[in-house]
Amino acid sequence: MSSTTSHSSATTDVPDAAGRFGAFGGRYVPETLMRALDELVVAYDEAKKDERFAAELDELLRNYVGRPSPLYYAKRLSEQCGGAEIYLKREDLNHTGAHKINNTLGQALLTLRMGKRRVIAETGAGQHGVATATACARFGLTCVVYMGEEDIRRQKLNVFNMRILGAEVRPVTSGSRTLRDAINEAMRDWMASVETTHYILGSVVGPHPFPLIVRDFQSVIGRETVLQCRRQLGRLPNLVVACVGGGSNSAGMFYPFIEHEKVELLGVEAGGRSSQPGDHASPLSFGAPGVLHGSFSYVMQDEDGQTSDVHSISAGLDYPGVGPEHSFWKDSGRVRYTFARDDEALSAFDALARSEGILPALESAHAVAKAIEAARGRPRDEAIVVCLSGRGDKDAYEVARLRGEAIA
Amino acid sequence: MSAIDDVFRELRAGGRKAFMPFVTAGDPDLEFTALVLVELARRGANLCELGIPYSDPIADGPVIQASYTRALARRVKLAQIFEMVGRERARLPIPIVTMVSYAIALRHGPADYVREAKAAGIAGMIVPDLPADESEQLAGICRGEDFSLVQLVAPTTPRERALRIARTSSGFLYYVSVTGITGERAALPQDLLDNVRWLREQTELPICVGFGISRPEHVRALAPVADGLIVGSAIVRRVAEAATRPRGQVLREVGDYVAELVGALG
Repeated sequence: MSSTTSHSSATTDVPDAAGRFGAFGGRYVPETLMRALDELVVAYDEAKKDERFAAELDELLRNYVGRPSPLYYAKRLSEQCGGAEIYLKREDLNHTGAHKINNTLGQALLTLRMGKRRVIAETGAGQHGVATATACARFGLTCVVYMGEEDIRRQKLNVFNMRILGAEVRPVTSGSRTLRDAINEAMRDWMASVETTHYILGSVVGPHPFPLIVRDFQSVIGRETVLQCRRQLGRLPNLVVACVGGGSNSAGMFYPFIEHEKVELLGVEAGGRSSQPGDHASPLSFGAPGVLHGSFSYVMQDEDGQTSDVHSISAGLDYPGVGPEHSFWKDSGRVRYTFARDDEALSAFDALARSEGILPALESAHAVAKAIEAARGRPRDEAIVVCLSGRGDKDAYEVARLRGEAIA
Repeated sequence: MSAIDDVFRELRAGGRKAFMPFVTAGDPDLEFTALVLVELARRGANLCELGIPYSDPIADGPVIQASYTRALARRVKLAQIFEMVGRERARLPIPIVTMVSYAIALRHGPADYVREAKAAGIAGMIVPDLPADESEQLAGICRGEDFSLVQLVAPTTPRERALRIARTSSGFLYYVSVTGITGERAALPQDLLDNVRWLREQTELPICVGFGISRPEHVRALAPVADGLIVGSAIVRRVAEAATRPRGQVLREVGDYVAELVGALG
């Protein structure tokens, strides 16, 4: 797992048949789930070859989600930074308010192809839960969403919305009561329901083929951005920035840029309160390779292999692991990873609200923070694209609480 | 060949079946785990599975999850678990198999894990989240150390795949009786006996059935087709009472329960 691997080794031709992105990925799950994973590999392969599948998904993305999402020049924010131009890829304008819907619609179509009628999902911030509940409502599928008790408290609005959409939200009270425990509980449900149920995993994590499938469905973000940059800027950007929890919006944004080697890619993890263990959620910056949730990737663990508790102000980034392709990109040097602390994310939340009239999700605010920092140090003729993965409405209560303001 | 192979050879020669309880290491503490292991052997267990507590056990139901959480809250470490087994080795006439998540074995270094476990007198390992497809490296290490690596077959496993898995397993083959997580169930699946019987004809390897087994009638039903039966949650639940009740009494009740199941084995 050396970090000295040559830059050019980050290929787009991953994963292999065993689900390996270089050394990372694989399938570390109980035997009970193996057949369903094999069936999912086959169903996805067939779907990829089926023009009708692509056409149906395209139609949904266009007329139901509202794609393509705009690439917006944040003029006032850029001028305030006094350096490079900042562009926002507006995933926050998607139906349901985040990039998550790109994946859930694709996986809902796969669910139907496999003849399954029940869907389970985990959610942290609730964005993936809402996007899954939405896709299930759209296709008449039964939907159960696992969500940590701590996140239910932080994200009341999304919990309410999921229920309106007909989903059952099951509180998870084990462990740290956050995203990691929600994934454990969803996996346990799947262990017993695997013959009739599809697990719509919300990030590029988990056993093969989930990291592949989620990346592919999210790659619409990066593909559109490449085209929009060519059309609007007449060239590709110098730098692309996205936040990384499990890493789905960043994987979808980065993947189409991997082959464009001159474009710098920057992933931003949750730096939390400090760099002390337990105070952040930055496995790529501070963790080591290990196994969590069915995949070999960077993870926050103690010396015995027990998963460490992590912290982030943002429920969507509050996760001790990360997708295996990010680990692959990190070790190959193709993507650089850094972190933004809670207070930096909150400042960026305010800065974007006041300069552009856009409330970003706290997750996305981590990327905005590092884009602002980068823009300040770069010349005006450079262009930075930030993946604005979601909108901040869901975070209003939590931000108010942190500021000691009562709005409920 | 590990001590596990010897036990099954002996049992088969006598036409007998194995009873294999599961206990969580360190719940409520390692001292009591040691007492339980000795008691289980005294009451007729032929082998024992020792669960290494893990923070994210996705194959486990609420009872074993909670026991892992309690043990980890008391900061039980792998090195202490190996030490405990090593210390009790002389009083433990039966083979111990660790049930351990791959996250732990990998962080420890698979070769070091096997070497240290073996040095403590442990005979093998079951890695519930390491399917046969990913286990080649670990299987090689285990072969080199005469340490058993027990593979699992589930109700969802296609038959051809089950045969492949049987070829890579050593010690015994763990047949997961239900599609689901660990935990006591009132009834076992209808087709379980047929599936185990079929597998039994395909391999020389002993087949032990686990997940959901807790009652004497389960044991009586399965004993004719399996080589051994594994009981986990029902024992873990009883052992956990030692946190709040007199330990001698809890130990006796655990022993009585095991003796009842061993009796049902015939």
